[in-house]
Amino acid sequence: MNAAPLLRATGIVRRFGGLTAVDGVSIDLVRGSVHAVIGTNGAGKSTLINVLSGEQPADAGSVELAGVDVTRWSQPRRARAGLGRTYQRSTVFQEFTVLENCRLCAQARHARVLGFGAAAQCTASLDDARRALADTRLDALADRIVATLSHGQRRQLEVAMCVATHPQVLLLDEPLAGMGAEESATMLELLAALRDGHAIMLVEHDMDAVFRIADRITVMVNGAVIASDTPAGVRANATVQAAYLGVDEA
Amino acid sequence: MRAGLKRHAPLAAAALACALFPLVAGKFHVDLATTIMIYAIFALSLSLLVGETGLVSFGHAAFLGIGAYATVLLSPKAGAASLAWLLPAVIAVTALGAALIGALSLRTRGVYFIMVTLAFSQMAYYVFHDTAIGGGSDGIYLPFKPALPLGLDLAKPLTFYYVTLALLAATFAALALVKRSRFGHALAGIRVNELRMRAAGFSTYAYKLAAFVIAGALAGVAGMLWAAKDGFVNPEMLAWHQSGAVLLMLILGGIGSLRGAMLGALAFVVMKEAFQSEALFGALARHWQLSLGIAIIVLVATLPRGLMGIAAQLRRMRDTREVART
Repeated sequence: MNAAPLLRATGIVRRFGGLTAVDGVSIDLVRGSVHAVIGTNGAGKSTLINVLSGEQPADAGSVELAGVDVTRWSQPRRARAGLGRTYQRSTVFQEFTVLENCRLCAQARHARVLGFGAAAQCTASLDDARRALADTRLDALADRIVATLSHGQRRQLEVAMCVATHPQVLLLDEPLAGMGAEESATMLELLAALRDGHAIMLVEHDMDAVFRIADRITVMVNGAVIASDTPAGVRANATVQAAYLGVDEA
Repeated sequence: MRAGLKRHAPLAAAALACALFPLVAGKFHVDLATTIMIYAIFALSLSLLVGETGLVSFGHAAFLGIGAYATVLLSPKAGAASLAWLLPAVIAVTALGAALIGALSLRTRGVYFIMVTLAFSQMAYYVFHDTAIGGGSDGIYLPFKPALPLGLDLAKPLTFYYVTLALLAATFAALALVKRSRFGHALAGIRVNELRMRAAGFSTYAYKLAAFVIAGALAGVAGMLWAAKDGFVNPEMLAWHQSGAVLLMLILGGIGSLRGAMLGALAFVVMKEAFQSEALFGALARHWQLSLGIAIIVLVATLPRGLMGIAAQLRRMRDTREVART
């Protein structure tokens, strides 16, 4: 865990009018590790992902990707530089096939705006898409129309679409949301496999899953970080127990 | 292979029918068919925005008008302009206009985009209406139709018909290629979920602006043909009701389908002509806007996917009946 962080966020602040949704959060994401961010609803976890990915600007603080300050970069530019994200609610393209969903996302890296070549013949995008499907164990469903997939498969596809863009950092917003036990187990195996080549930030409510897979856990309450430690350290932290895990401080 | 042939057969049959139509039709009907084809180019151009990109523009007539005025104003007073340079020049002028309007309009979304495009087209309307640039509210004449190579004469209705048909075919082919291209797929992605596309790394603003410019330039081609056909342009071409009419054509034909755009243009012009006919509707013909409005409301209510959705709707009704029977 001493490796240089792939993504370093320092003092991130994001306000909505009088509400401070993210209040001075700093976080380091290291390649080969899963860094979970937990907290109650409204704690600012998704807003933090929005700010790190560039979807929403930070009111203060900085974001560095592989040592480069990307604070003022747009979301598409950050994405092309290797900052991938998924959403709490599936944002897959229902009418397309599984392969087309991934190919379209992969295309962002390969095509100029006015790329008039046939989409289906863009071999670089297709290769990336097939590799992403293999990495996320969806290759058998490549030709299925997305509307016919189960909820769990769509969540997997959401991750696959992100992987197809060649990210270095994966910001995953509740990838286990709404999943049954079997689907959750499959997703956890998938995340464990993706850990090797990526720095993963996992926002998740399923505590069993978080404590099983995370190398480090940051706990947020009302937009601020109250603890950031190993799973064992967080479990033993009295402040976290009082604020989040529901145990009274003695 | 067979499925592809089956899918393209109606289009090939329609193209053949268009090619042979002047051989059996009189002058009036050839002129009407030419008007329909010009509207079809106009509707196709808007289809790239509404159907492919999900951008509902209520100001597309601005580019029809700019194309028409550019045709007249760029043509020399003393003789005919060659179509070989006039067509690219008109495309360039309307593309420039679309780039300027699009660059600002695309900063907005949803209903704001609709209203901003309407505002820009009305501004363009008043520029031509209230200034002497294009003859003010009286409009301006094009004394000579553009010249064609090989001794072809656009003044002959038949030649004009086939030139318009060729440009319609070229527009359709170009948009069909765009639709299956990487650019077209990115537009489809933006239509379905722009947020996702940005997260994947697409600079969606640039894609939307490119689509806006292409759509504007193609509308300019329709404007050029309109000016050349009538030999006269006035500010009414840019008015909001033209933008509304072309949107109705898309809705009538079926949004998201290039064939639907052409079918919608055909249906709209034919209905308009029919409701204006005293032979068919007697005194009611004087109130043709009312009849046309009612007909469009009925069609939109009964055919939510437009004319292109009729076959699918009939199939669904048949399946429902069969299920009820069993």
